[in-house]
Amino acid sequence: MPTYDLSTGGLRGLNEALHAVSGATPNEGWTVLNPMGSHAIAVGLDAPVQVTVKGPTGYYCGGMNKLATVHVEGSVGPGVAENMMSGTVIVDGDASQYAGATGHGGLLNIKGNASSRCGISMKGIDIVVHGNIGHMSAFMAQAGNLVVCGDAGEALGESLYEARLFVRGSVKSLGADCVEKEVRPEHLDLLADLLDRAGAKAKPEEFRRFGSARTLYNFDIDNAY
Amino acid sequence: MSDQENQIPRTVPIQSATFSSPVNAEIRRAAATGIYDIRGGGAKRKVPHFDDLLFLGASVSRYPLEGYRERCDTSVTLGTRYAKTPIELDIPITIAGMSFGALSAQAKEALGRGASAAGTSTTTGDGGMTPEERRHSTKLVYQYLPSRYGMNPDDLRKADAIEVVVGQGAKPGGGGMLLGQKISDRVAEMRTLPKGIDQRSACRHPDWTGPDDLEIKILELREITGWRVPIYIKVGATRPYYDTALAGKAGADVVVLDGMQGGTAATQDVFIEHVGLPTLACIRPAVRALQDLGLHREVQLVVSGGIRSGADVAKALALGADAVSIGTAAMIALGDNDPKWEAEYRKLGTTAGAYDDWHEGQDPAGITTQDPMLAARLDPVEGGRRLRNYLKVMTLEAQTIARACGHNHLHNLEPEDLCALTMESAAMAQVPLAGTDWYPGKPGGGY
Repeated sequence: MPTYDLSTGGLRGLNEALHAVSGATPNEGWTVLNPMGSHAIAVGLDAPVQVTVKGPTGYYCGGMNKLATVHVEGSVGPGVAENMMSGTVIVDGDASQYAGATGHGGLLNIKGNASSRCGISMKGIDIVVHGNIGHMSAFMAQAGNLVVCGDAGEALGESLYEARLFVRGSVKSLGADCVEKEVRPEHLDLLADLLDRAGAKAKPEEFRRFGSARTLYNFDIDNAY
Repeated sequence: MSDQENQIPRTVPIQSATFSSPVNAEIRRAAATGIYDIRGGGAKRKVPHFDDLLFLGASVSRYPLEGYRERCDTSVTLGTRYAKTPIELDIPITIAGMSFGALSAQAKEALGRGASAAGTSTTTGDGGMTPEERRHSTKLVYQYLPSRYGMNPDDLRKADAIEVVVGQGAKPGGGGMLLGQKISDRVAEMRTLPKGIDQRSACRHPDWTGPDDLEIKILELREITGWRVPIYIKVGATRPYYDTALAGKAGADVVVLDGMQGGTAATQDVFIEHVGLPTLACIRPAVRALQDLGLHREVQLVVSGGIRSGADVAKALALGADAVSIGTAAMIALGDNDPKWEAEYRKLGTTAGAYDDWHEGQDPAGITTQDPMLAARLDPVEGGRRLRNYLKVMTLEAQTIARACGHNHLHNLEPEDLCALTMESAAMAQVPLAGTDWYPGKPGGGY
């Protein structure tokens, strides 16, 4: 199992080594030591490699991930797993703002809390937050699922498109065009699968669902000409 | 009524300068619809521009180069600061970002063909990279926009440069629009949006705010692409000194500065006409910012917004730009607003040269549309040929001027080659008013 010490090897060397891993390479797990809040750790990965980061990271850890599993044994800075396409990013601690921003696919599993704008502009990613999320989360979220086992802050789902939001605890307020919707059997199945994959102990029946009222989809014109 | 009463002089009808016919028409339109006017293009109001500058040409103190014989180079390299593979262009005129969605696939292909034939780059837009434009563009700049529609690492790695779009001249501080008429199945899929919605893009990036974050975002993009390609930062011209300085400080290879004459596919008319700076006003402050940081020519400056001719190219370069970018002019070269479609423009309530309802998707020229029948009117091969010819003419014009000023490379043009026709343009371009050695604000130059 390769081990890479960021305090001596430098960021470029790490990402270069991880980018050199291809689908044909034996699936070795990589361990990254001494991240010490460095930015852009394990970004742009494009192979089913396992990366374990031993400590806290800075901005954009796991950014634009494809296929890889990145496990951070600590907390992460802003924009973890931003624009992720596939694969899995696991955060044992808390996540700063913009977690999973614009993500297209894959699973972002945050075992602590997530700060503001979690899931902003998400485009198909699944995000499970075991704790709480901050204000303006799922702002302009287009597709995918955001599951919050704790509470949600102000303006959840502001200007929401077609993403599905599930919250087990309280919601401080809803953003414009975000409304509570019925939880149907297919949503319970979806929740059961996501909670199982994320290792969360909550039950699907405990969640409420929120989605777009779709009133902002088109301009309100009095007399179209 | 007597004949005498009939002969009393009457006050002639006088139209208000404040409440002019167009103003009144807009008030009536707003009252009828309850929505602001949306249109494409850039500012239509008259602002100080390159037309207000003249070249001085050679004289006793300078000698010219032979017009058809002596060499006058036009090449430019963008991204020399950090990128392993900078972009090398034969001409300093690039094609600005325009999206598939705003333009038809045929129009994007034509832009790629024309730019490639002329030895320059073209640019994606809000909505991602299409295989057609990648295939037909030898050098393709991939825009990284606030919406991140269609953004994916595979296309990022295919790009020859990345342009982080902070803003554009037509709407600095605003996001893009693409109205429901143009959200076809393919456009909707690329943007992960429901078909037929009036799509309003985000106005700021979702995962960074401010220049310190931008520096980290640039680091991430460089790490993903192995530090191979240049990173551009595009800003709408509002505070050119500070925006350029902050982009340089954040680690940009290239700063793209877009003035208010720069076009958009669709936004509010009030935004286009009332927010931003004329292109002419933003070049010198941006150059000064780079000079103050010791980065002029190390960080290249690309200027856009109302570039129409080789004279405009030469003037922008003389003021300190490294290259220019064209959008509206490239569309006109393809056939946009061509009088041959006049009958159809009339049916749309407009006329050739004034058509700007690009957001409605009914473009008779088949450029700003997703309607398959209309889009088929543009032959990408012929469009590419026309664009190549236009770029060639612009380059020849710029060379003509440079040789007349005694320069063997377009980049040797300098402010001393210019004078201004008006006080305003003299102040903005910081070149002397014609016939004087003075411009407003000149250090030690009086009031």
